[in-house]
Amino acid sequence: MEKKEKKGKNVVEVAQAVAEAVKLCEPGVIPVYPITPQTHVSETLAKMEADGDLSGEMIRVESEQSAISACIGAQATGVRAYTATSSQGLALMHEILFIVSGMRLPVVMTVVNRSLSAPLSIWNDQQDSISQRDTGWIQLHVEDGQEAFDTQVQAFKIAQETRLPVMVCLDGFVLSHVYEPVEFLTREQVKKFVPDYKPEVSLNPTKPVSMGTLGTPEYYIQFRKQLQDAIKQSRETITKVNREFASAFGRSYGNGLIETINLKGKKHALISIGSVAGTARKLIEKENIGLIKIKSLRPFPADDIAKACEDLESVGVIEKDISLGGNGAIYDEVKAALYKLEKRPKVSGFIAGIGGRDINLNDMEAVLKKIKSGKEGTEWVM
Amino acid sequence: MIEIRFHGRGGQGAVTAAALLAKAAGYDNKFSQGFPAFGVERRGAPVKAFTRISDDIITIRSQIYKPDYLIILDPSLSGLDEVKEGLKPDTVIIVNGEIDASGFEQKIYSYDATSLALKVLGKDIVNTAMLGMFAKATGLVSLESIQKAIGDIFGGKAGELNMELVKRVYDETGSNEAKEANDKETEG
Repeated sequence: MEKKEKKGKNVVEVAQAVAEAVKLCEPGVIPVYPITPQTHVSETLAKMEADGDLSGEMIRVESEQSAISACIGAQATGVRAYTATSSQGLALMHEILFIVSGMRLPVVMTVVNRSLSAPLSIWNDQQDSISQRDTGWIQLHVEDGQEAFDTQVQAFKIAQETRLPVMVCLDGFVLSHVYEPVEFLTREQVKKFVPDYKPEVSLNPTKPVSMGTLGTPEYYIQFRKQLQDAIKQSRETITKVNREFASAFGRSYGNGLIETINLKGKKHALISIGSVAGTARKLIEKENIGLIKIKSLRPFPADDIAKACEDLESVGVIEKDISLGGNGAIYDEVKAALYKLEKRPKVSGFIAGIGGRDINLNDMEAVLKKIKSGKEGTEWVM
Repeated sequence: MIEIRFHGRGGQGAVTAAALLAKAAGYDNKFSQGFPAFGVERRGAPVKAFTRISDDIITIRSQIYKPDYLIILDPSLSGLDEVKEGLKPDTVIIVNGEIDASGFEQKIYSYDATSLALKVLGKDIVNTAMLGMFAKATGLVSLESIQKAIGDIFGGKAGELNMELVKRVYDETGSNEAKEANDKETEG
């Protein structure tokens, strides 16, 4: 590792880094309702507001359903709206998430991933955001603090260019509450990277319009098809923004949709999403196995995953969710993505880290060995 | 990579200590990670926190099971299984106050940080003091960087007092005298 200059590293709590990125993107309205473990994001924003560092205005709403509803109203008037939540809070927003995307409002939200009740658990898994994958939001997952900061900035740009809402998801506690080095961007850098938000249509009393009106059977299906086309096409914007970010600031994350690590010439690979990739990185070289990190869950990069897997004998998907009565949600989607390959690798699934269960090096080593054995089916790491 | 595990009681600031140490290591231009064993915080209940320090980027996200250093803020915790868990023969233990050393084969550095904290802060909060001990005993992080990190996290008077406390602990604990305490069995 090359020696960096003496000035030292900026070690901050990842939730605070996310709040810093949000501040730099200057959302006009930030309605939030507190919920663990998201709280450190909104607390930091509230402190910034109190210190006079926040250009927008926070609204203390009475629930998460109100938070996301207030985002709709705010964004429709032509400013950026942002909120953050976790777990039950996101579940309470469910109904409104469809309305945000259906109205093509580019709201940006941070989801600090936490498991769902019952039993009550404040700890991390990704059941909350993965359960919202059908709501028409772009969904980006991050591995570490730097990726959280960078993706949070990119999210505002992707949202306004696609006119789609974007969820930035990071593992609660395991990532959100960790102090680690994160390089910040300056306000000027971010201002240049994320252009002003100028929607074609906005709510204005001098020029009234109606938004989100009735969709009769003649039209509703067309709206849904357009929304699907828009999310499918958003992959182009996501990869473009990833490239632009790389040329502006020197950091990129695969092609913006997936990242492959140590994959060349390998027969086996682990597919992961979120912070668990970090723990795997330590072991893949030793085990002579590749890693495919899914960054974008929606749009789902099926073609990229298929291409990455075409020469593999076996892959295993490790994920922190379970579609009860079915399988791990990502396991099923990966299998579907691989169906088009003539020579398909064996696919195994691992449900791990549920409700905050630590995924340690021994667990990860056992997972990698099982992937190499080529045995199919789903196992729980517990 | 160096792995450090803190044991304290809710309210003693073990989690803050882990964060401060990570920040300080960052100021020394090292890679670091500081995080709590995520729980539902209750005052007085045993609490764990972790710091990793490395010359290379740290990607691992699991808790620390085999610490290189163990920092115990409250000596009454030293008998707990979770404190003893995963100790290696060469794990170095840094403890506030006296513990029954017969239960440990490891090298122990001990110092009555509570008395000094009461004198300097007027409170029995020893989280920053322990970092002074750690810096002196190990040389893995500089006193200046710890003080700078304290300045970031504590504002005003609390910051000043804690910086003074760390400095005094650093000056008053000798790595030498601590070494002498159990020289017979030390090898690394």
